[in-house]
Amino acid sequence: MRPSERQAGLGDEALGPPPLAPLNVRLYLMQRVSAAVMAPLVAVHLGGMFYASARGLSAAEILGRTQGSIGWALFYGLFVLAAAVHAAIGMRSVLTEWTPLARRVRDLLACGLGLALAGLGLRAVAAVTLP
Amino acid sequence: MTLEDKLDAAGHRRSRLWIAFLVHRLSGLALACFLPLHFLMLGTALRGEAQLEALLRWTANPLVKFAEAGLVFLLSVHLFGGLRVLVVENLTWRAEQRPIAIAALIIAAVAAIAFIISSA
Repeated sequence: MRPSERQAGLGDEALGPPPLAPLNVRLYLMQRVSAAVMAPLVAVHLGGMFYASARGLSAAEILGRTQGSIGWALFYGLFVLAAAVHAAIGMRSVLTEWTPLARRVRDLLACGLGLALAGLGLRAVAAVTLP
Repeated sequence: MTLEDKLDAAGHRRSRLWIAFLVHRLSGLALACFLPLHFLMLGTALRGEAQLEALLRWTANPLVKFAEAGLVFLLSVHLFGGLRVLVVENLTWRAEQRPIAIAALIIAAVAAIAFIISSA
């Protein structure tokens, strides 16, 4: 730091933690990161849908593949959490742009959707992967 | 405001890229509405294999199978529409973007049709 900057108090922020980005920027980044995480997961899930439907798999055959599988539990656990984040932020944007709802109501609805999806989704993952 | 003025004011809504945005948003909304039901259905496995089997037999109904193809379309169009957004925002800017949007729609439609054919 130059002496003139020290005298003016400039550059002090470089010593502390970087300032947080505004909420909207952080939500935007989380939306895009969750989308990038989900893209390959959705592709694999679609492949699984095709496979299960074409072969007419029974519940026993499906559960036989998924129950006790740590791989499928991690795959769908990550999928559920990314989908919950992605859907909640997306719904917040839709409510902001298409409804006259107050910010607090909008944020509560979006958080509620995210928590509901995460809760129901993880319950579903447990149902099909726990041995 | 005359009808022509109204049409001019909404001119951007005739753009294919605006339609691509709308398709992405509506498919996302539909998936957000469907997901809780999907999770509840899978959760029936907690009550035993027979419960899940009964639901799977129900999905063999042609009408339900048709609805499932609709879900494949929604999921595919949201996936490829989302990839289009990521490409637009993160890769080198392309002046002409309509081909990517149209490709996303066509791939999703082909996936839905392939799903119906493969499960028939």
